[in-house]
Order: sequence, then C-alpha cells, then structure tokens
Amino acid sequence: MKGVLAVAALLLAGCGSPAPATTNGTGVTGQVTVFAAASLTESFRKLGAEFEAANPGVEVTFNFAGSSALAQQINQGAPADVFASAAPANMKQVTDTGAVTAAPATFAKNTLQIAVPKGNPRKVTGLADFAGADLKIALCAEQVPCGAAAKKVFEAAKVTPAPDTLEQDVKAVLTKVSLGEVDAALVYRTDVKAAGDKVEGVDFAEASSAVNDYPVAPLAKAPNAVAAKAFVDYVLSEKGRKVLFEAGFAAP
Amino acid sequence: MRSRLPVVLVLPAVVGLAFLLVPLAGLLVKTPWETLPAQLFSEEVGQALRLSLVCASLATVVCLVLGVPLAWLLARGDLPGRGLLRALVTVPLVLPPVVGGVALLLVLGRRGVAGQYLDQWFGISLPFTTAGVVLAEAFVAMPFLVISVEGALRAADPRYEEAAATLGASRWLTFRRVTLPSVMPGVVAGTVLCWARALGEFGATITFAGNFPGRTTTMPLAVYLALESDPDAAIVLSVVLLFVSVAVLAGLRDRWISA
Repeated sequence: MKGVLAVAALLLAGCGSPAPATTNGTGVTGQVTVFAAASLTESFRKLGAEFEAANPGVEVTFNFAGSSALAQQINQGAPADVFASAAPANMKQVTDTGAVTAAPATFAKNTLQIAVPKGNPRKVTGLADFAGADLKIALCAEQVPCGAAAKKVFEAAKVTPAPDTLEQDVKAVLTKVSLGEVDAALVYRTDVKAAGDKVEGVDFAEASSAVNDYPVAPLAKAPNAVAAKAFVDYVLSEKGRKVLFEAGFAAP
Repeated sequence: MRSRLPVVLVLPAVVGLAFLLVPLAGLLVKTPWETLPAQLFSEEVGQALRLSLVCASLATVVCLVLGVPLAWLLARGDLPGRGLLRALVTVPLVLPPVVGGVALLLVLGRRGVAGQYLDQWFGISLPFTTAGVVLAEAFVAMPFLVISVEGALRAADPRYEEAAATLGASRWLTFRRVTLPSVMPGVVAGTVLCWARALGEFGATITFAGNFPGRTTTMPLAVYLALESDPDAAIVLSVVLLFVSVAVLAGLRDRWISA
C-alpha cells in the first residue's frame, strides 16, 4: 500500500512540475520557436536568454540560417513562431504567401565593413584594394544578402573587385579571414565584432550606400501566438535595442 | 516448380526502392521542363557541369592511384595496428564534409601546417583553385574506393597469390597479374562509388576551394547558390546533374559488366 502511495505521489509530482509556468504573471509560457538570420546568432542568443529570464516558463529555441533558406522553410510550413530576416526581400517572400500577416517591424540596421586577418598583414585601407589581383579576396555570392550589399558599395565606390571566392554565407567568408586564407573580405560590421580578435575591421566611406534593414514579425500560424508577440515586442524594446547595439547593429 | 519469392524479403525491398526513388520522382514532378533546354545550354551551367565532370574524374584517378595500393596494404600487409588504421581510413566518411574542408585548410591552406611551405618555397596556394576542388573531392571520396577494394581483397582466395609466388613471381608481378584481375569487380564498384561521391561533393569543396565560376563552382555549388535566389533554377540544375551522372554510370556499367 505504501508503495502504491509513493508511486501515486511521484506521478502527481511529475504532473505538477510544468504548473509554475502558468503563474509567472505575464501570461507568456511554453515554447517559442524563432527563425532568425545567421548574422543574428550571437545577439539573439543573448536576447533569448534575457527574454527567458524575464518570462519564467518560456523556452526559446532558435533556428539560425540564411534568410532565404528560412523564408523557404516557413513557406513550406515549418512550425515557427517568429521570423527575423536580414533583408526586407526575404521578409516579403513570407508576407507574399500569407505566412506572415502582421506588418513587419524594422528592429536593426547593419552596414558592411572590411574584414582583414589580425594585424592587417597586407595593409588594406579601402575598397580600392579589392581591385588588385595580387590580394586574396573573399566576398559573399550575389545571391545572398551580404553579396548584394557588397555589389552596391562597389558600385558606389566605382571599383571592380577581383574576388577569389564568392562564399555561400557571411560566416563562411569570416572563416577564410580568420584562418588567414584571404587578405580581405566584405562582411557585416556585426560579424567582425562577433569573430573576436582573429579578425579586424576597417571602415570605409561607401558603407553608407548599402544599409541593411532587419525586419521581424510573428507568423500568422504561430503555434504560440502570445509568446511570439511577446518576443517581437522584446526585440523592439529598449532592452532588446541595447543587446543589438552592443553587437554592432545600428538602431533603425 | 519455381519457388515463390519470400515476402519477408520482397516487401522491404520494394519499400526500400520506393524510399530511394520517390524523392527523385518529386524532383522530376517539380521540374519546370520548359526552362530546361535554356538552362542546359546556358554558359554558366555548361561551365559548372564541365568542371564537375573533370574534377570528379581527376579526383577518381587520384583515389585509384593512392587508394588501391592502400587497400592492398590494409588487406595483405602485415602491419601492427591494422584494425586502427582501417578505422582511421573511414574518418572522412564520418566527418561532416565542411569539417573535412576546414581540416584541409588547416593543413594545406596558405597558413596551413604544410601549405605555408608550399606557398613560401614553390609559390603554390591550393585553396580557391581547381586543384583544390580535386583534392577536396578526393579526400571525401577515397574511403569508398578503399573500403570496397579492401573488402574484395579480403574475400579473394590468397592461394592463387601463393601459387604465383611458388612459381617465382615477384610480389609486384603477382599483384598485377593475379591479385588485381581477381578483385576487378571490387575495384570497378569502388571506382563508381568514388566518382559518384566526388561528383556530388559540396561541403568540403566550398570550404576548401571556395566558389568562383569557371574555377571552383561545380554543379552542387551552383545548385546551392541557385536555391538562394531561384529555387526553380536549382531544381533544373539538380536534374541535369542527375541525368548526366546516371547516364555516365549506366553507360560504363554496361561496358564493364559485359566485358
């Protein structure tokens, strides 16, 4: 008899454990799945942890990838609550299909910076250096947002770059810089910051001709609509701004 | 009387076949056939396809030259720690290809352990070159060849080799005239696997050799980038790659099997 009681007590305890989630006062509970652009990896991880701390009982899971890949996954019915894109064009892909019906809000801006290996061994000072065939140069492919932005700044600077490789995403470009395999590359300012001390950034004047807006929106079919809205609000809040600013993003 | 095929074998076999073929059928159903000819004869696709075929074939040659002797050593050589070596040879199979690419950069890159000397002494830099593509593909594909050739060698009857030795043949002569012909089906199977794997290689290639049209953009890289902006074009490219590889493999198979 005692044994049965003990088992029953255990079962009750087991059933009871998720209960505190409903009593955190904010009404925001459960899982919230955020699809976010790869360039948001570091800042959104931090934001997510702060959001969880502010809303006990909420668990944020991230899917970081290229914005266009994420837009496709969402349009194919991936179970996500929030989409944060690195470019308005990719957000449009999901509003066009009705996967997002709320108006997307711009939460951050990003600009390009020249990335060079530690110590800048080839003394790269500006975009003009990218035209030289003697430097090893990595750029993003034009099909991905950082490549499209690079194209714009080169047009503004009237420089025809001589790249050795057109990488599939901005992190792949950074790998090549941090390993010293290329002498210069164009990546987002935030990526230079996130890469740590193996990579240095060099500012250039034409960066202002390609400012990237980052839109965020809850999905129309979000499994957890309440938490989705709360997360978007948090990203847009003063606290969210601060995290993004520290990561190198500019305010919208 | 012909005995009936056992259901316990046929049923899973049919399910297995469907599992492999249905995704391909899905690809074919979604193919925008009307744009196929235009894509097929566009310069970019032609360039990527040519580069893919050339690099996969060169990588297969590298694998044959190095892999067959390695398989022989693993099967016949009296090495200490042969089991461990055998396991280590399969590492590129287990390793995510992107990690393989990073490993190659760390060793053969411009700042790599060995690569820095190639650069300083000979002015050779392998990343971002077609040679780099061949190396990346060979790295990933070689285990397929080694494993099938080694399997064939271990299954082959060593008494023929012993007989050749008692008749005075050197080990090299025995290998060429007795061992190699007896394991030919294994070598052919391994070569096919190796070529197919090299043709579809993506991760190690883009990491080690980068992506530049005409130099390092093979078909899988072109497919991946097309997927970013134009999924229809990506499907067409995949179908092209699929048809070419099936045609090549089917053609070679008929020739080799009937010979």
